Amino acid sequence: MSNDKRVTPYDRVKLARDKDRPGIEDYIEALFDGFMEFHGDRLFRDDPSIVAGIGYFHKIPVTVIGHRKGKTLEEHMAYNFGMASPEGYRKSLRLMKQAEKFNRPIITIIDTPGAYPGMEAEANGQAAAIAENLAEMSALKVPVIAIVTGEGNSGGALAIGVANKVLMLENSIYCILSPEGFASILWKDSNRAPEACEVMRITAHELQELGLVDEVIPEGSRLFKNMDNVIYKELKKLMKMSPDKLAKDRYNKFRVMGEVFEPKKNREE
Amino acid sequence: MEKQNNISASERSTKEELIECPRCHAMIDADIIRDNFKVCPECNHYYTLSPKSRLRMLADRKSFKELDKGLRAVNLLDFPDYEDKLAKARAKSGLDDAIMTGIIKIDGIKVAIGVMDTRFLMASMGTVVGEKITRLAEYAQKHNLPLIMVCASGGARMQEGLFSLMQMSKTSAAIKRFKDAGGLYISLLTNPTTGGVSASFAFLGDIILAEPEALICFAGPRVIEQTIGKKLPDGFQKAEFLLEHGMVDMIVRRDELKSTISRILKMHK
Repeated sequence: MSNDKRVTPYDRVKLARDKDRPGIEDYIEALFDGFMEFHGDRLFRDDPSIVAGIGYFHKIPVTVIGHRKGKTLEEHMAYNFGMASPEGYRKSLRLMKQAEKFNRPIITIIDTPGAYPGMEAEANGQAAAIAENLAEMSALKVPVIAIVTGEGNSGGALAIGVANKVLMLENSIYCILSPEGFASILWKDSNRAPEACEVMRITAHELQELGLVDEVIPEGSRLFKNMDNVIYKELKKLMKMSPDKLAKDRYNKFRVMGEVFEPKKNREE
Repeated sequence: MEKQNNISASERSTKEELIECPRCHAMIDADIIRDNFKVCPECNHYYTLSPKSRLRMLADRKSFKELDKGLRAVNLLDFPDYEDKLAKARAKSGLDDAIMTGIIKIDGIKVAIGVMDTRFLMASMGTVVGEKITRLAEYAQKHNLPLIMVCASGGARMQEGLFSLMQMSKTSAAIKRFKDAGGLYISLLTNPTTGGVSASFAFLGDIILAEPEALICFAGPRVIEQTIGKKLPDGFQKAEFLLEHGMVDMIVRRDELKSTISRILKMHK
């Protein structure tokens, strides 16, 4: 069902959230060898809703970071449905800086309903943690590839998404806010989520057309193989770039996102 | 204590005008409120300031020079009714979008400053806000000026979807470059600083100041209450709460704001 118009955006949302959809454990198992998970932000605690560690990708040592939703209800609860707290974002940043030190490429896997809107998360600086990640990621001197595999909602997704290449699985979504939250804010009615999906532009193909996403990865029985191929192709290209060029490339990529109208007289000034 | 009010006699209203304080409901003469830095003399309620009033309180007389005037949002997603909404907001507020940027002098020291304006779609961050802040940081870096951001925002500009989200990474990256080049960045958090703005440039200040009792958060109180299913305690996510939790450097009263910023600037000359 590649760019099939009969699949509505809301269908994609349902697919992106499907409980039988692969989770980060499956992607790690399929794509990386010898993965070791590392823990903790060195400040307060380990946030299990983010998995971070090192492993081999085609014999290249890489750092892998991603959201963990879990598969059973017990796991969902334990991993807070993939909604990370500041500690999770700080753990991510710690491992990204470690990757930079040892010149390891970083691959992030995005699948989250959003950053956790809880009391402890707020008290411990959710906003500051996300802001810090966005700033620091923009200047990392190693290749960064982000893949949205399920739901990429809000700042909680972007906090590990400032990458040289942003890829999406064909049935994943990437949005400013969950369609329910969006409908609730704009129309005061979260039941209008399917309608919200029609105007939000959250599907992989729409976002690729808008220039916000680099490549859409087809799913189906060859999903893991397709992911492997695309990541390998992009990584090989990025690994040829110098550390400074990598940081500059990433900066420029986000710098041009969002065209504005400029009065003629400004340009003449 | 010495007052630093720059409001001239000509700006005073000639006829007596009473304003009802939204918090304590006292009826107070408009001139008295204005002379008191738009703070209620009865209950210390902080009135929302327009960028012009804010700049009048901070800047040396006639020192303001506006940058990047007239930038306007383009309906990048073809979002239904967005142009209408923008047109209405422009007509109602007389503004092009939710931020004013420029150069001012504070006690003779030249600084680049951006002031957000909640009268325009709750100062939500879309492409215009993102672009103007990015340009301001670039300008400050090029001209070796300190940078001040007076932050206020209801969050992301929903109608700009993922373009709005990407302004978080764009502004954070520009601020990071500016800071890495040695620039001083002072962020002032005013009521309310929330969502995508708090989780990007607002929390990246070398020095972060906050106005008393300002609401400062990533997730808003209503969203948190819905998530955890209980009411939040009084004062949660207010500036004083953030100070206690180590998230801001100082809370500064409005009548002491200019002198405080001036002292910081002098130490970084």
